[in-house]
Amino acid sequence: MPSTLTGSEPVASAGVDDDAPAPSPSPPPPHRPRAALLHRVLNAWQLYVLLAPALASLLVFKYWPMYGAQIAFRDYNPVDGFFWSPWVGLEHFRAFVTSFQFERLVANTLTINVVGLLVAFPVPIILALIVNQLPSERFKRLTQTILYAPSFISVVVVVGMIHLLFSPSSGMVNHAITLLGGEPIFFMGAPEWFRPLYIGSDVWQNAGFSMIIYLAALTAIDPSLHEAARMDGANRFQRIRHIDIPGILPVIVILFILAVGNIFNLGFEKVYLMQTDLNLPTSEVINTYVYKTGLQGAQFSYSAAIGLFNSVLNLALLVTFNQVAKKANQSSLW
Amino acid sequence: MTTSAPALPRPRRAEPLHRRLADPLFAVITYGLIAVAILVIVYPLYFIVIASISDPTLVQQGKVFLFPRGLTVDGYATIFGTSTIVRGFANSVLYTVVGTAISVTMILCGAYALARKDMPGRSLFMILFVVTMFFDGGMIARYLVVKELGMLDTMWAVVLPGAVGVWNLIIARTFFEQSISPELREAAQLDGASDFRFFFSIVLPLSKSLITLMAMIHIVANWNAFFDAMIYLSDESKYPLQLVLRNVLIQSQASTAGMDMASMESTAQAQKMGELLKYSMIVVSTVPLLIAFPFLQRHFVKGATLGALKS
Repeated sequence: MPSTLTGSEPVASAGVDDDAPAPSPSPPPPHRPRAALLHRVLNAWQLYVLLAPALASLLVFKYWPMYGAQIAFRDYNPVDGFFWSPWVGLEHFRAFVTSFQFERLVANTLTINVVGLLVAFPVPIILALIVNQLPSERFKRLTQTILYAPSFISVVVVVGMIHLLFSPSSGMVNHAITLLGGEPIFFMGAPEWFRPLYIGSDVWQNAGFSMIIYLAALTAIDPSLHEAARMDGANRFQRIRHIDIPGILPVIVILFILAVGNIFNLGFEKVYLMQTDLNLPTSEVINTYVYKTGLQGAQFSYSAAIGLFNSVLNLALLVTFNQVAKKANQSSLW
Repeated sequence: MTTSAPALPRPRRAEPLHRRLADPLFAVITYGLIAVAILVIVYPLYFIVIASISDPTLVQQGKVFLFPRGLTVDGYATIFGTSTIVRGFANSVLYTVVGTAISVTMILCGAYALARKDMPGRSLFMILFVVTMFFDGGMIARYLVVKELGMLDTMWAVVLPGAVGVWNLIIARTFFEQSISPELREAAQLDGASDFRFFFSIVLPLSKSLITLMAMIHIVANWNAFFDAMIYLSDESKYPLQLVLRNVLIQSQASTAGMDMASMESTAQAQKMGELLKYSMIVVSTVPLLIAFPFLQRHFVKGATLGALKS
């Protein structure tokens, strides 16, 4: 804490100096740093008031649950609360790891997210590289607008659309399949179709929005590079390959690390909405299981332990990837 | 000197065929891919709209694909006559307005304080916020806290827990750091303005674009949210539209899907009406945002780039 305070010292003391001459019966200039700090804290009271609501919400809805996460090591009951419920150590973790669900849950969670990341991540980059090549500024903007319109649609509606459009008897997709001479497919009831539908609809909904970030990075590339390359006879493929892609590489790396960091959390709501009794073999993931056992089944401690297991995996993955990226590329989150 | 260069006629050299064809080929690929992408995005949305005003029998038989056929507004009429849907709509409006007001206020105030380099403890507070991006108490503990606070089954459970997003706070703080100069504040202080006065009378009027951006982000997020409502609300009269939608669009679908092949006349009729209702509900719930969309998009582009590129 002291180090963080000294970090803001120079700016702050300059502020105090400006204030000092203004009121005539001003207190003697502070010699002791402690008194100076107190003075600055009192001076800034209005800033603390401004910060208070956000800070309070943080403490109540983020730090209190973090403190409450200790029920993963206890047998929670509402009477004893977070702190006084009996301690059971790693009992819940052992129960989860040895349960018959464990392997399937971890495998499903990893598969849907890793495959999803590998498939979905490159799409907005490719879109941005292509859209960036459009000569007309108006057409470019129009394309951009259309491509990211779906990100305004709610997850519930997107999943509802999947149900409707892929319905076995009346859906548009199955009409097309039968028209081409195929057999209608019961998409939402087939475990093997869950992942393609989940990932495909994810790309459909979110690729356009991510594209904007890459497009912004592309416009920041110095146009004289392209001019020089064109003079030297480089064609478009070569210019994309040697100017555009290296130009946005730092952004790609950062966004990739962030995506990896979220690998266990993203899309849980959508997974839950897309679940049907029939596709559970592939669609049950750790977080949906936590929700079902914890909130629907009221096994608070057991499910909190599973949730914690999930977060730890997640964090480990993030730190690892960040470390790798740091070594390889000199760009990292911290 | 470089400006005159592009105007000169290009020197004609004998280039190898594959290099001369590279750029035209590229144009074909570019426009082709963009056309496919636009079609993939637009057609499903267009189909939903035309299906919502077409005869459901024709839609089910796959006879509607380019234009609406057998025009009907039964779907919409039913929606506006169904009390759960209308109430869900009203609840969503309420939660969106209240939630957005709370979020934007807390974020703007907090972000401004955190943007002030002369506030003692600034880095410590910043660390407190950033830590929560990587550590999380989890769904269960958060539920128990909300329960402990007596907020279950109230609007506050939907509106408060997610009110301050750290990512948005960082965007706002970055904006203040970049656009409000310390000189401006010093000048105001010399004139006797307090921090409150400076923030409310000078900083906020200068930050209209940020305020709009934050309002937009939260309006969209609140309008589309369903998960907190699903966890914390059990009283159906408090359900927001998205939760009502989920019950109609997804849960009923899962149960009717099994009896798709049933040949009972009345079930078939009910199912057709149900599908029409679903298409119409998608349109009704999505239209408010899509109408506002052209106005929002400038701000969103700015927000997406401010958030991602700055860090």
